Amino acid sequence: MLEALLRIIALTRKELLAVLKDRRSRMSLLVPAIVQGLVFGYAATYDLNHVPYAVLDQDRSAASRQLLAGLDGSGVFERVADLRSPRDIQSYIDERRVLLVVQIKQDFERKLQQGQGTDVQVIADGRNSNTAATASSYVTAVVGAFNDNWRRDHGLSPQVLTSTDRAWYNPNLETRWNMIPGLIGTLAMIQTLMLTAMSVAREREQGTFDQLLVTPFRPFEIMAGKALPSMLVGITQAAGVFLVAQLWFRIPFAGSIVTLFSGLVMFLLAAIGIGLLLSAVAATMQQAMLFSLLFIMPFSLLSGLTTPVSNMPSVLQYFTAINPLRYAIDIARRVYLEGVGLPLLTHDLWPLALIAAVTLSAASWMFGNRIT
Amino acid sequence: MKNTNGAVPAVLVTRDLHKRFQPPRLPAVQALDGVSFEAPRGMLTALVGPDGAGKTTLMRLAAGLLHADSGELTVLGVDVSADPQQIQDRISYMPQRFGLYEDLTVAENIDLYADLHGVSPEARAERYPRLMEMTALGPFKSRLAGKLSGGMKQKLGLACTLVRSPELLLLDEPTVGVDPLSRRELWEIVRQLVDTQGLTVLLSTAYLDEAERCGHVIVLHQGKVLAQGQPSDITDIARNRVFVAELPAGQNARVVQSRLLDEPDVIDAVPDAGRVRFVRAERPRATAAGAGAANALVGAQVSAATPRFEDGFMSLLRRVADQEHASTISLDRPLAARDDEVVVHVHDLVRKFGAFTAVDHISFDVHRGAIFGLLGPNGAGKTTTFRMLCGLLPATDGELRVAGADVRHARASARAHLGYVAQKFSLYGALTVAENLDFFASAYGLRGSRKGARIAWAMEQFELAAHAHEPSGQLPGGYKQRLAMAAALLHEPEILFLDEPTSGADPLARRAFWRRITALAEQGVTIIVTTHFMQEAEYCDRIAIMDAGRVLAEGRPEEIRHMADLSEAHEPSMEDAFIAIVERSRRNGQSREVAA
Amino acid sequence: MSAGTWRDKARRVRALMVKETRQVIRDPSSIAIGVVLPMILILLFGYGLSLDVKNVPVAVVVEDPGPAARELVAGFQLSPYFHAQITHAMQPAEKLMLERSVDAIVRIPADFERRVNSGSAEVQVLLHGGDANRARIIQGYVQGAIQAWNARQAAEGKTMTGAGGSVTVQQRLWFNDANESRYFLVPGLIVLVMTLIGALLTAMVMAREWERGTLESLFVTPVRSDEILLGKTLPYFLLGLIGLALCIVAAKYLFHVPLRGTLPVLLGASTLYVLVALGIGLLISSAVKNQMVASQLAMLATFMPALMLSGFLFDLRSMPAPIRLITYVLPARYYVTLLQTIFLAGNVWRVIVPNMLVLAGMAALLGLGSRAATRKRLD
Repeated sequence: MLEALLRIIALTRKELLAVLKDRRSRMSLLVPAIVQGLVFGYAATYDLNHVPYAVLDQDRSAASRQLLAGLDGSGVFERVADLRSPRDIQSYIDERRVLLVVQIKQDFERKLQQGQGTDVQVIADGRNSNTAATASSYVTAVVGAFNDNWRRDHGLSPQVLTSTDRAWYNPNLETRWNMIPGLIGTLAMIQTLMLTAMSVAREREQGTFDQLLVTPFRPFEIMAGKALPSMLVGITQAAGVFLVAQLWFRIPFAGSIVTLFSGLVMFLLAAIGIGLLLSAVAATMQQAMLFSLLFIMPFSLLSGLTTPVSNMPSVLQYFTAINPLRYAIDIARRVYLEGVGLPLLTHDLWPLALIAAVTLSAASWMFGNRIT
Repeated sequence: MKNTNGAVPAVLVTRDLHKRFQPPRLPAVQALDGVSFEAPRGMLTALVGPDGAGKTTLMRLAAGLLHADSGELTVLGVDVSADPQQIQDRISYMPQRFGLYEDLTVAENIDLYADLHGVSPEARAERYPRLMEMTALGPFKSRLAGKLSGGMKQKLGLACTLVRSPELLLLDEPTVGVDPLSRRELWEIVRQLVDTQGLTVLLSTAYLDEAERCGHVIVLHQGKVLAQGQPSDITDIARNRVFVAELPAGQNARVVQSRLLDEPDVIDAVPDAGRVRFVRAERPRATAAGAGAANALVGAQVSAATPRFEDGFMSLLRRVADQEHASTISLDRPLAARDDEVVVHVHDLVRKFGAFTAVDHISFDVHRGAIFGLLGPNGAGKTTTFRMLCGLLPATDGELRVAGADVRHARASARAHLGYVAQKFSLYGALTVAENLDFFASAYGLRGSRKGARIAWAMEQFELAAHAHEPSGQLPGGYKQRLAMAAALLHEPEILFLDEPTSGADPLARRAFWRRITALAEQGVTIIVTTHFMQEAEYCDRIAIMDAGRVLAEGRPEEIRHMADLSEAHEPSMEDAFIAIVERSRRNGQSREVAA
Repeated sequence: MSAGTWRDKARRVRALMVKETRQVIRDPSSIAIGVVLPMILILLFGYGLSLDVKNVPVAVVVEDPGPAARELVAGFQLSPYFHAQITHAMQPAEKLMLERSVDAIVRIPADFERRVNSGSAEVQVLLHGGDANRARIIQGYVQGAIQAWNARQAAEGKTMTGAGGSVTVQQRLWFNDANESRYFLVPGLIVLVMTLIGALLTAMVMAREWERGTLESLFVTPVRSDEILLGKTLPYFLLGLIGLALCIVAAKYLFHVPLRGTLPVLLGASTLYVLVALGIGLLISSAVKNQMVASQLAMLATFMPALMLSGFLFDLRSMPAPIRLITYVLPARYYVTLLQTIFLAGNVWRVIVPNMLVLAGMAALLGLGSRAATRKRLD
């Protein structure tokens, strides 16, 4: 037992030495994760803060000016043009000079003063319909504020029914708040899985695997000695992205670090299990890389990172059951933003444990039996 | 292509050629240091020299793939650096590892090169059958190049370079890792082209018998030309200094040979057909400790012998590289003295891969402290046998006992008694020498002061201390091999497995290697080795010749030589014997198939 | 030997292309990247990814049994946007939200009826911020339901505040009336597939030639370096076009995304982008000459930016200036603009011409770059 443990430690030490020795490979473990955390933290947001728009104000009244002032003062909308005729709308949108055009009809103020309802037209560029819909909803909010002001200024009672909205865990509903915790698991997985998948394939390709097999190492020990360094690397990367979220983006952390990292360890174990299984199957490093690519891509696209799992057709939702990243993203977001404890995470943890158990034992069996 | 005064110009002329490489974060390497020579037209010119002599760099310069730092290089009358494309249009070049497209078939590879060289359909119709006949690749035309054996790949590479008649053929170590049969076939192809078509060939080689067969020889050493001329000029260097000693009964040629190497007046000694062949020094070396050759040869009958090319070559190298005389090795505690105990027992061993039988009912025994050689052409089943002996591959059927344990059932416990050195360098290239040793010591369960002592032993015995903190992947070839041996001996195994340990190594490194092996065997370590160098079979106590998965002959080297039953009058060399035995068996196999 | 004529050149390029094509067909890894991966991506993007929010599970907490509240509840129950679960106390609703069984809670307080009658009532809306984008869309839906209630009440004259106008927003989404996220995800998918085939696959196969030493043998023949480049790029260019065809067919017939521009323009833009991607792949491979490193670099330098920084998923204008600057050197950015315009808007020349010019410039630059990098030299 002690012998086995010492051998596992020796292998772990060797793996870490090989990875950390070279400055370049040391950098390649941490820098891409942190840089991607930073860049994607900024880039991967559905929130808009620069919406170029054009106005076709056919009313040119105090009321229309007041409404437009509301848009211009929102800090989100940037007016790039005042259109003269409805004919201009098409070219502005087609040529992507504006994301949307606000059209105010001629009798806008008159209708309002007569106490009738009226409307503003918002014509949005639907080439990215998600962005367009988000921008339109911003317009709706500005118009709502305009309504309230108008009614108050004109001595009208406000709307009968209003709502007070409050968002749990993310008061300003910033996408960044849930994107970056999701990145903790995603970025850690990409390199961990590849590293693990290639580590055995590399030994096989360079002939060192045979050299290992003629020593007293047992298959289980080799596997453990490969899994441990990958785990350390994965945890380090996750910690790096976590620090970016905390120190750079200053997203408040609601949970406990112990809970978060317990969940991540379980997740990495599942990812490493998959990596080891791939490396047991792959004959060359190239194959190992391809296999891991074929897994990483659907894993990250179907994880709920960019689009919600609940939006997927049910067939694909079943597929996500074997996707460890899906659980990891859920864990990371819930612990990070909601501050839940381990008991509420059981429905994420047991599938991860199951994936880890199945892949690790399969990989161990393959190492033992595929010695050719 | 005659120049104005009518003399046949040399095909390749170098004048004071220099080339230096600067690897990142390591000292620069002066690959060529003022090389000047001429390669004459219409004959075979050989570049010989130890590892790192600059042979490959010279080849690449001649092919226009590298730029010289200074000096002149003209090929076919053209300055290579000025117009490399013209050279590349006119010559053919076969790199050390010919870049065959492994996922193309034999025919597709040849077609590709024929297309690139613009060979017309008529010329192909005439040329292809001859290439196929020469290389014997005809039956494998539609086989993927990746599925060919090493020797066949080399022949295919050669065929690709010969799709048209080049004005100059460059061959960079064409026979490395190729078994004697394929080697002889490759040579016949090249010789035939030189003799019948007046092809000009420049080839580099580590095999001295190949250099001997060339018309012109250039000896390179550390980027400098040591000598050039006809092979006989080199051979003559050792004239009157070569002797053969007939040993009295009971003396082992290998042991006497290794003792002779320590004597100050001996520069080279090899076991040769039960006798010892040695070369006396021009003047005694000051560094050696012994009292003279006579001392080591008490009771032996010494007579003068005709020098060979190798003798001249070794004399030449000793002039500049006096220091490194093969070092010996001593174990911490020698194993039990040599006795008749069988440590490796193989009986009726079979290994099948699907329908293919790679190892077909083989049997042999190896005694403690013996050196056992496993010889055979590429694809004979040597490596499969080897992998089964080391527990890397389960046997399909048969009995296999290593150090008393049944390998089939107790792989882990048997492994603690054996050491294994793979054919390719297979330690961790990114780790330093010290880190590699440390890892393998731990892997074998050594710890504490015992571990420290063993690592110190390995560093000292294999003279690795100076390189302890260099990444092992960047060591020179000889050091890599020593490190691999050191790692395999850390746990003091009873049996050492060596898979083609000297493939691609130069004569100096091979001498050093066998010196250590001899010493290990003396101290009770059992050694099992595979090799392509037939002269090295002379170091073995017993050898087995394998082909097509079967053992064709097994016994002491002299017995094997007699088994060959060669009618020629002269004493058959081990290589002749090997080829005769394998070819006879293949003929019988064919006739059996015909009969069935 | 007349190695310099055009016929000889053509013959050598053809020989290299034949060789390359055979390798692609026989090498499982080329098939994996060139065919299997694009198919997986097509299916994932077409079916798996969707930003459309429908049937949102909400908990409606009804603490007031009055008719006004019932009418509001009915509004939620009948809406196609919601899947309403009714509770009568806050506690069970909060539990549902903690379990993520619902994404929002709408609370109708006990004094709702009385307050409606007094002219000012309020409902409380709690949103789960775990997915902010989704939460914001749900917020909009809830607002819509409340507005609808207000309008209905006013129309029926049940409230006294009917007088006094208010502005409503009428929104029109050009090019995508139904607001289907598939419409912009599928063009984005084409960018990813072209990037995979063009850059990743080319980087790998060229690095493999360096790694296996096949180039060393090839160099010492009459073949010129530009012929090696052509022989390498043409087959993968064709493979890229096959991938493109696959995507277009899937977009049109599987996912019913309209193609409002013309096919030649789409092909022209794609040709330029594939050339750019090939150039990047060739440059990477000749810089590192190692399959592993080349493929990882290609992923980092082309695929990830194409996914995150090309503007097909996330709006470029909202990124901070330094990151926006990075996007200007990414060819994927221009190609995404082109694809979204050609597919959804039509042949808008003022968009197409400048973007194509940028891509053409990049292609030319990279072509020259990879020619300079592929010298027939080993040092």
